[in-house]
Amino acid sequence: MTARLAAAALVAVLAGCASTAERDPRDPFEPLNRSIYRFNDKVDVAIAQPIARTYRRAVPGEIRDRVRNFFGNVGDFFIGVNNFLQGKFEDGVSDWARVAFNTTVGLLGIHDVATDMGYEKHNEDFGQTFGRWGARPGPYLVLPLLGSSDLRDGIGTGIDVYTDPLGEVRPYHLQYGLWAVRFTQLRADLLDASRILEEAALDKYVFQRDAYLQRRRSLVYDGHPPREKEPEEDKGADDDKDNKPR
Amino acid sequence: MTKITSLASAALIGVLVGVAPVRAEEVPPDQLVKTVTLEVVDLIAKDKEIRAGNRAKLVELIDAKVLPHFNFGAMTALALGQSWNKATPEQKKRLTEEFRTLLVRTYASALAAYSEQKFDFRPLRAKPTDTDVTVQVRVLQAGTQPVPIDYSMEKTASGWKVYDVMVGGVSLVANYRTEFNNVVRESGIDGLVKNLNAKNRSGLEAPAAKK
Repeated sequence: MTARLAAAALVAVLAGCASTAERDPRDPFEPLNRSIYRFNDKVDVAIAQPIARTYRRAVPGEIRDRVRNFFGNVGDFFIGVNNFLQGKFEDGVSDWARVAFNTTVGLLGIHDVATDMGYEKHNEDFGQTFGRWGARPGPYLVLPLLGSSDLRDGIGTGIDVYTDPLGEVRPYHLQYGLWAVRFTQLRADLLDASRILEEAALDKYVFQRDAYLQRRRSLVYDGHPPREKEPEEDKGADDDKDNKPR
Repeated sequence: MTKITSLASAALIGVLVGVAPVRAEEVPPDQLVKTVTLEVVDLIAKDKEIRAGNRAKLVELIDAKVLPHFNFGAMTALALGQSWNKATPEQKKRLTEEFRTLLVRTYASALAAYSEQKFDFRPLRAKPTDTDVTVQVRVLQAGTQPVPIDYSMEKTASGWKVYDVMVGGVSLVANYRTEFNNVVRESGIDGLVKNLNAKNRSGLEAPAAKK
């Protein structure tokens, strides 16, 4: 969840020199994606970033840690479910132990006591579970407001949101308030990342897309993806002789 | 007697080590990453000007402390992919210079942003004879999964050198490949040099405006 939203929120002013020469096979909808990216970016610069900056300035780091922990705990139950669905039972049990300890001893999750006890936080979601089951990412998609995704992860995100415990919270105005705080916290955590993206990328759209696809692939394999096949054009006879072995 | 033998063997080892390039043997790669990271983070923490946002000084610090441990030639070659072999020596030199400037900037921002986090330096899993290893560091932050930073390092005559950095499973070098290839396809290698140069120049003013 965090990763996808992370990528979603990594936004900036679009470089005016969009390349349209050759379509990337992973991104058949590039023109449409680029216009949604531009729209998201405008919303981000005009609304999300200013709120996130104000939040970060106004709220001490200590409190922001509590907020991050609270929402982390909200997510842990279904992270566990996804670990079970992927056959990683030990991880799933560990996730549920986290929920048990953090919700009680950790005062509704604001203190992450479980990490100190050796139950490490994991990153799982339904998109990763589908990937683990063999689903390919499909075409890259930029979702309105949510940002970077792909067909597989977009469906996954739908289920993530549908099953999210926050959806059970009543009254509704409290639930919407909690979602707002959660997104503000997330965006605030990504302010540095989006600044780095601005500095690093020649074409932010491409840089963010490639980072998203790499990141998701790594997450599906829990940080140990198998060696990627080189793209067609790189298969030249001895073209790689100057390159380092990967 | 034993003393003499040990002295003799010490002398012999001294001779043997003297033959090999000494510096290469000195610091194991995981130790190198740890020492340099902690030193730089500590220097940033102590420096009021850098913490107040003095970019030039930060870049200078990274230049002096971090740069010598990177193999920018290899990084540029990897990022270019097959276009690298089509470049002239002069183009290779300029590409490497520009890419290096860009990477140093990016790395400086990243370090400044994460310098207040806790680092977890993982023990190296490699044989002593390995010449290509991955050094793993994790950045810890409350309430989220630790972010893994993997340094791909290669043993060279002048010590261990980093040739790729993976942050959260994203290889920096691989991430530039599509971008670079797009530019090369449109405007050739000289176009890429120009593009990188423009990016590096604009980077001098841009970051100060935000934040």
